[in-house]
Amino acid sequence: MTDTILLHPGTAPPLGWIGDITRVPYWVYRDQNLQKIEQERVFEGPVWNFLCLEDEIANPGDWRTTVVGQMPVVVSRGIGGSIAAFENRCAYRGALICLDNAGSGAKDFQCVYHAWRYDLCGKLKSVAFHHGVNGKGGMPPSFNVEDHGPRQLRVTTLNGLVFGTLSDQTPAIEDFIGPDLLARFNRILGDRKIEIIGRFTEVLPNNWKMYAENARDSYHASILHLFFATFKLNRLSQGGGLIVSPNGGCSVSETIAPTETDDKAYAGMRSVDDDYKLADPRLIDVVDEHPDRVRHQIVTVFPNFVLQKTQNAMALRFFTPNEVDRTNLEWIYFGYIDDPPDMRKRRLRHLNLAGPAGFVSMEDGCIGGFVERGIATADDKAAIVEMGGSGMETQTTRATEASVRGFWSLWRRMTGI
Amino acid sequence: MSTFLRVAELNAAYAATIDTDKLESWPDFFVSECLYKITSAENHRRGYAAGIVYADSQAMLRDRVTALRTANIYERQSYRHIIGLPVIGTTGPDGITAETPFLVARIMRDGRTDLFATGLYLDKIRDEAGGLRFIERLVVCDSGHFDTLLAIPL
Repeated sequence: MTDTILLHPGTAPPLGWIGDITRVPYWVYRDQNLQKIEQERVFEGPVWNFLCLEDEIANPGDWRTTVVGQMPVVVSRGIGGSIAAFENRCAYRGALICLDNAGSGAKDFQCVYHAWRYDLCGKLKSVAFHHGVNGKGGMPPSFNVEDHGPRQLRVTTLNGLVFGTLSDQTPAIEDFIGPDLLARFNRILGDRKIEIIGRFTEVLPNNWKMYAENARDSYHASILHLFFATFKLNRLSQGGGLIVSPNGGCSVSETIAPTETDDKAYAGMRSVDDDYKLADPRLIDVVDEHPDRVRHQIVTVFPNFVLQKTQNAMALRFFTPNEVDRTNLEWIYFGYIDDPPDMRKRRLRHLNLAGPAGFVSMEDGCIGGFVERGIATADDKAAIVEMGGSGMETQTTRATEASVRGFWSLWRRMTGI
Repeated sequence: MSTFLRVAELNAAYAATIDTDKLESWPDFFVSECLYKITSAENHRRGYAAGIVYADSQAMLRDRVTALRTANIYERQSYRHIIGLPVIGTTGPDGITAETPFLVARIMRDGRTDLFATGLYLDKIRDEAGGLRFIERLVVCDSGHFDTLLAIPL
């Protein structure tokens, strides 16, 4: 692979990127200045940021607040039923326009500071005391409300999920993720309407990119997570594979249901204990809901979104940088609206695998912190990302890091680093 | 002894069991067909059924302890539960209902102590010959944010 250093003039980081995407320099997880570059070029760049579910803003006047990277954002449903998203920043003095997580029945939005008023699309409508009081004060005649307002996002929807972008260059989301990922979105979300059944935030002690890598890293899953391998929920020797989107940044990891043949590939590893039995096997009593035999599917969308189905548990995840070494990982657990009661209960039990206390996911909460502490003085050293070669192509094995290399390839093209 | 004192005593024993790392005894505080769920106030208010921990049998609680002991990776840590006084709701043939506030500090192996969780236990308790046991313990955390991971039960 050729070296693709594309440093933007004047924004050179203290240490460059030596070599190709099989080596990731540790400073990229730790450099404070990088946060601003990533905000501008990645989160506000040509990407689709997950905003919310369409259902969360089902009716005109419904709204939610979220973040695009570190930018506060309002997503709202307008009078005509269209969805708008805009920066949650008053055009006057910059205060937050919406102060809560969500609301409904809004006719418009009014900043609490100076009562500047915005329509449901975030367009400035009026300015308090625009013409002053008793002919005195007020804004100058040259001031036009049309000229001011928070930044607007372009919005798209995919299978009931709302995404937004700040860039004019972002291709349609179907093209951004590619046909293989589109099929996986449709597999889980295409036929049946979903509803949220839980929402939690895990605060990770690491840079956001470590979690982006972790979600794409099918190599670690069955090794770090003993629970996976022991119950044959995910062994690399099981069928499955890894698909990487044409742009490199998005991926699917799939694990097929185990066969009955004994599996010697994991002999002697900590992560396999064949004597370990569940007292209540309903924790993993999967019922296949799709024509395939895929039991574990992780779909990632660059930069910070994950769609997951493990056994019968389903979740969305998105993660945003809080500080350079703090990441908010949001878990949205969901089921299908028409779930029979026994299937809904099954999902609730299988969700014990996911989330901050998940039998599988728990380790992903702490592993980034172990790396952060490990690399405390290693800014000039680099991680090895060479499993499965040096490319980022789709592979029929999960003993590969092609999707991690794909992430870095797109990240480097966007940041110019 | 009054119901109030009996529930307070139950909670004291519950906290001591977890905080002294006698997790193998923790499922014994529950009846065999129980519900133990850790959720947040907002999830609870919205009626969301999922928890970050959801166990609808005592056997599932035992599985959680087994997994913590033999499968899961997390840094050595311990809790200090401070459990408040219970507010007793109803007492009758279906059991006792109680609401009790709690505060949990987490002590990490490197010495760091953080306020890890605060919230309310919403309990349904069965009064049996052998004493009080939880039919249902909903751990409703005030915040929906969890730092790093939750391994040891609340």
